This record gives sequence, structure tokens and C-alpha cells, in this order.
Amino acid sequence: MASFLLGRSRILTHHKTLSVLAASSSSSYSSLFPPFSFSRHESTKAQAQLEFEHEDDRNQVIDFPGGKVGFTSEMKFISESVQKRIPCYRVLDDNGELVKYSSYVQVSKEMAVKMYSNMVTLQTMDNVLYEVQRQGRISFYLTSTGEEVVNIASAAALSPDDIILPQYREPGVLLWRGFPLQQFVHQCFGNTHDFGKGRQMPIHYGSNKLNYFTVSSPIATQLPQAVGAAYSLKMDGKSACAVTYCGDGSTSEGDFHAAMNFAAVMDAPVVFICRNNGWAISTPVEEQFRSDGIVVKGKAYGIWGIRVDGNDALAVYSAVHTAREIATREKRPVLIEALTYRVGHHSTSDDSTKYRPIDEIEYWKMERNSVNRFKRWVEGNGWWSDKDESELRSSVRKQLVEAIQVAEKAQKPPLEDLFNDVYDQIPSNLHEQETLLRKTIEKHPKDYPSDVPL
Amino acid sequence: MLTKFGRWVTLASRGFSTTTSFQKGASEEGLKSLNLCSAINQALHIALDSDPRSYVFGEDVSFGGVFRCTNGLAEQFGKKRVFNTPLCEQGIVGFGIGLAAMGNRAIAEIQFADYIFPAFDQIVNEAAKFRYRSGNQFNCGGLTIRTPYGAVGHGGHYHSQSPEAFFCHVPGIKVVIPRSPRQAKGLLLSCIRDPNPIVFFEPKWLYRLAVEEVPEGDYMLPLSEAEIIRQGSDITLVGWGAQLSTMEQACLDAEKEGISCELIDLKTLIPWDKETVEASVKKTGRLLVSHEAPITGGFGAEISASIVERCFSRLEAPVARICGLDTPFPLVFEPFYMPTRNKIVDAIKSTVNY
Ligand SMILES: Cc1ncc(C[n+]2csc(CCOP(=O)(O)OP(=O)(O)O)c2C)c(N)n1
Ligand SMILES: [Mg+2]
Repeated sequence: MASFLLGRSRILTHHKTLSVLAASSSSSYSSLFPPFSFSRHESTKAQAQLEFEHEDDRNQVIDFPGGKVGFTSEMKFISESVQKRIPCYRVLDDNGELVKYSSYVQVSKEMAVKMYSNMVTLQTMDNVLYEVQRQGRISFYLTSTGEEVVNIASAAALSPDDIILPQYREPGVLLWRGFPLQQFVHQCFGNTHDFGKGRQMPIHYGSNKLNYFTVSSPIATQLPQAVGAAYSLKMDGKSACAVTYCGDGSTSEGDFHAAMNFAAVMDAPVVFICRNNGWAISTPVEEQFRSDGIVVKGKAYGIWGIRVDGNDALAVYSAVHTAREIATREKRPVLIEALTYRVGHHSTSDDSTKYRPIDEIEYWKMERNSVNRFKRWVEGNGWWSDKDESELRSSVRKQLVEAIQVAEKAQKPPLEDLFNDVYDQIPSNLHEQETLLRKTIEKHPKDYPSDVPL
Repeated sequence: MLTKFGRWVTLASRGFSTTTSFQKGASEEGLKSLNLCSAINQALHIALDSDPRSYVFGEDVSFGGVFRCTNGLAEQFGKKRVFNTPLCEQGIVGFGIGLAAMGNRAIAEIQFADYIFPAFDQIVNEAAKFRYRSGNQFNCGGLTIRTPYGAVGHGGHYHSQSPEAFFCHVPGIKVVIPRSPRQAKGLLLSCIRDPNPIVFFEPKWLYRLAVEEVPEGDYMLPLSEAEIIRQGSDITLVGWGAQLSTMEQACLDAEKEGISCELIDLKTLIPWDKETVEASVKKTGRLLVSHEAPITGGFGAEISASIVERCFSRLEAPVARICGLDTPFPLVFEPFYMPTRNKIVDAIKSTVNY
């Protein structure tokens, strides 16, 4: 049944098969996606029931642009959402034990250990750089605390050719792809080794080599861009997709809706991963939307979607792995809503205890800790020991301390980088402004930082 | 800090006393030392208190806003009048237009001026043309959009911009920028009560830095009236917002070298007070404009062109513009990008010695 999924991993099926939320009608659904025949059965049953209910109006259809629509004599408003919320797909329970009958994409020992190591590395990087910001050595920082799993497990499920368009709380994806710790630290210090040439605030990473578009602060702008990137992949006949991340808050922006609709209409191979972490700075999801979260929005736009436990590494891995296969092979978008929690403050400019209960934070930090849950599973398989853990943590910490020393000593980018890259070539107005600025610097050297080479 | 202020417009109904009482020796209870953030907060407080049809909303305003300007308002006036909106600037402004069109005072917050652009269509094509396109059957004059703008030393591309010029190109809205706590409170109250949609840019660098004696009661400062905050005879300097304190320092430096500078706070960028600037330039024969936004297409260009038209024969030197560079706002290079005190002093000298 899952023949097309056998690319790199094997599907393990305990009992039930994978189910997919069908966005389109049952007929186009089944023809586009024959391997899931069980779903076709369910859909057909539903349709039969529908026909039975409205026997009067059988064969009565309005032949409307876009497709035939059946009539009903019943005046019935569609309610805002079904009474039962869309369930959340999970594989591991809170103790890191496999849930009975779960279907998931298998993860090898090597892969699991690498995933867990990356989670620990991300955690350590966050802890260290957060402290470095508190000491005033970098101007800003933002952690992924609580969302390590959605970062790393999603990254692990992708192919390096997949193009990432991040929001800002997904540095783990870049880490997974091999962005060196030193490079993260250089960016935060905005020194001459920062690929972004010191122009953006800390955490605005990007790597052309690793197919990771540079982070931009404005919310949700990456989403329609991802659709354009995906369309290009499709036109070029690439067997890759665009993968874009966003938060729950982002889904309120017009760009989110533009992206969903474009993706559907353009049949773009794009995977939207929405980290629903409960909060957009101080705004809780209840004040953000009244829908059943985000996954249902995909349905309205004609996009397949799945809600997944974002703190369950195996569920995230499986859902993302499958979604990218669907996107890439079927040339269609997929929306993944990962339920997780922003355990840290929004950023170093925020104190979240001002607007949310400490108990809530503690609950997610302790009881629903995503990294610990995965660790238990990895340990349970005998793949990880306390010794491995302490060795890894101290080695990462050591690397970071060294990286910080190097980054702090490094020079800032040279002054010419202020004027480069505004355009492909420096236009005359900027040449003129540079000449003037250099004269001013000569006259008033004390006005300017000494660590920027002139 | 700047302490000069202009004519006070008092609200009879609020019973605030006379203008002279704050100018010097005001009664202790009438004045309070406030920073700019608290002054804004007081203005919002008064706006909500004095008009039951007024609303304050935007991203994260409920807990006090990321800059704390709306602190305590939701508690006092309730979640129906002071509330968080979904994260959507076009929604915030569109909602504000509709609310205002129904006869309310809609006081919308855009979290950073850098994030106002998703709302650009609602501001430019809707708010600005609401009255005109309907033959004055409808208007959204009750709309005020507050948004923090400008450099803070570490904001990089998206927490530093000064996008006022984009909005100055739009007939139908007003653009107002205060320089100090006292100005902020009086101008914001005027904006909220003005029958036109207004974008009110708040100099976020000064939220905590600028502290001034601020009248506690309800008062308004006139829009479209510039203010000479420093008298001089050799050159006129025009600016607004946070840049004025840099310009004032430059004036002091120039004074030491025997140059007398007249410094004007434009306050309202559109429709702006040409007459005050013109009269000053006719007196001094020289003009310098300074703003943080990139020089090309900045509002300084408009001032320069207008004054050259009106004062051509009186000008003794080309108009000088000391502004931001024509680059995106850079993080590490911020000190190089900025229109600094010494850049202004040098320009004052070369203009005077032209
Ligand atoms: C267009 C725009 N408006 C406002 C902001 C300010 N802002 C930065 S992050 C954020 C909240 C985003 O929340 P969410 O999308 O849920 O992501 P999370 O921080 O929870 O990961 C806001 C309002 C912004 N960066 N861009
Ligand atoms: Mg969020």
C-alpha cells in the first residue's frame, strides 16, 4: 500500500493505515492518490449517505463554473467547526513509548541518535547564546526552547535539496543541514564572517549552500515566496519541494492566506509547517483565531493537511516525511499543523510571565518536554546512554565557548559592506554617499566604532 | 531634553487651566515628570475616558504592548474597548477604518512602523480616500494609527525604519511625529480628536529616554503648526521626532563657533506649516533639513523644493539635507548610516560659509 513511500525509510504499520484528510472530492482524490484505497472506501460511504439524505434533489445540480454543485432543500448553515476537534497524530506517548497501532515512518538507530544529538546541540546553543545576550555581548537572541523536536525532526525528514523558507524559530533545520555552530555564533555577533555581513539582527541566519533562505523579521512574508520557489522546482522537474515554516500568529496575516490559495491553484510542491505553539508574543491562540486551529484552514483552500503532536519526534518525522513525498510526487501542497509550546520567552526583549501563567510554562517544560520524550524512546532502544549525554553536552558547550571567543575577537565587516548588495552594483548616489561618509569619518573618527575596518 | 513647547489648546470641558500655568511655575499637582511612553499612555487613558466611543487595539496591546504604552488600559476600560487583534496589520487598519466610519474613535497600534506595510493599501487607497470618493458622505476621520518608528541602536533592518515619507505622498491622511513627552501627549490627543485619519509616528528611542514635565490633565497641541524651538539668525534647521535632539546638540556646537541656528520642529508633516519655515528662511537665508530616513525621496526633499520655490531669491546657499543613507537600515553600520550631530555641524558650517 505504501509503495511510493519506500524512498528512504520503511513504513511501519501496526494496525491502522495512514489516513489522509482529503481536501478534494472523493473521485479526484482517489485518482490522484490511489495507494490509500481505504480512504476511498470511507469517502464513498460518506457520499452514499449524503445521497440518501437528499434523495429529493438527486440529479438536481447547478452546473456552476468550477464544477457541478448539488441542490438541497434544507436550509442549513455550516457551523464554524465540527464538534470534535481534528485529532492530533502521535506515535510516542508522554513516556516515550510507542503508542499501540500507530503508523509511522521508521527511524534507524543512526538517524535517531543524530536527531537526538541535534536536539541537545540546539538546546545547548540556545542556553549559551541566551546567556551571552544577557551579558550584553550580543544585542538580541531568541530561543527555540520547547520546539526543538519540531525543528529537528522535520529537518531530518527532508531531503537536502528541499528549499527551506523559515520564519525565525527554526534554526534547528539549519543546524541539521550542517550549518556550523561557529557560523551561528558569527551571525549573532554580526562580524566579518557572518554571511549576512552584519546587516541584520542576531538569529537572522541564512545559507545559500544549505538551501535555507535568509530569515526576515516581517511575519508570514516567506509563505507566498515558498509557493513561488516550489513552482520553480516543479517547472525544473526537480524531485524536491519547498518547505516553509510559520507560527500560529503568522496564520492571521494576509500572506498566509495568499500562500495557501496560490499553493492550491498553482499545484505547487510546497509543505507548510505551522508551529502552533500557543502564543504569538503575548497573544494566545484564542485571540488569534476561532477555527479549530490551523489544519482546517488548509481544507478550505483545497489543501491536504494533518495535525501532528509537535512534541513527538516520530510523529513529526513521519508526517513531514510523508508530506514531502506527497508534495514532490503529486505536485501538490500539504499543510502540517504541529501542536507544540513556546517554552521560552518570545525573545530576549520579552518577559512572558507578564501574560501567561508560570504553571502553564512549567507543564510544557517538564511534563510535555519533547526532547525528553524522544530521549526515552532512544534510550529504550538501547541507543543512548548517560555517558553519551554528558559527553555530548560538554563537547557542544566547549565548542560554543570557543566559537564565541573567536566570533567576539573577529572584526566587524568592512565599511564597504554598508554600500554593497543594495543592488548588484553600487549606483552613483551610493558612490557619492560613500565618498562623503569617508571624509566625515576622517574628520570625526571618534564618532565611529573602531572595530569596523574602513 | 527639549523643553520648548507651543500654544496649548485646552479642552474647555476638561477644565484644564491656562497655557501660562505650565510654562513656568505651574502648580505642583498639574505637572508630572513623565517619559514619552507614559505620556502616550496618559493620552490614551484620557482619550478612552473622555469619549466612550473610543477604542484602542492592535497586536499585544492588551497586556500593555511590547513597549508598555497601553499598560493598564485594558484593566481600566475593559477588554471590549482595549484589545488584542490577530496578527494582521491590514486587518487592524481595515477594522479601524470601519470602526471609525461608524462614528467611533479608532486608535490602532501597529507594533513597529517597519510592519505597517501590509496595511499600506488600507491606508493609501482606503483611509486616505474615504471622504473624497464618497463626496463626503462617509469619512473615517476617527482613525488614528500609532506606530513606533526610528533607530534604537540595535534594531537592524526591521526595527529601525522611518517610513514617514511614504505616507506624506498620500493626500487625505495626516502625518504627525512628536519630539518629547509633553508634545506626544498633546499631539496624540489632537490626532485622536481630529476629524481626519492620521498616522502618528512615535520616536521609540525616546520612549524611556525622554523625560519631561507633562501636564496631567487633558490638553491638545495644534496640528499643522510648526514650532520654533530655538531662535537663531544664521541658518534654519528643520526636523521632527527623535532627530530634533541630535539637531539641538548640533545647534549648541555651532553656537560655540559663533553660528546662530534657528531650530524648527515641524510636528505635522502633512499638511505642513510652510509659512513658519518660509518666514524663518527668509530671515536666515539658509536651510538645513535632517531626518533618519534615506535621503532620496525623503520628506526633506519636499521641504527643500518648496522652500526653494518660495525663498529662491533670499537663499544664500543651497539647501542642505543631512539624512539617512540610501541603503536599507543596517545593524552593525548604524553609526555610519545615521545623520549624526557632527554631520549636521559640518553641514551647518559649510552652508553658512558657502
Ligand atoms: C508583519 C509583522 N508584524 C508584527 C511583527 C512583530 N512580531 C514579531 S514575532 C510576532 C509574533 C509571531 O507569532 P507566531 O507567528 O506565533 O510565531 P512564534 O513567535 O510563536 O514562533 C510578532 C507580532 C512582525 N515581526 N511582523
Ligand atoms: Mg506562536
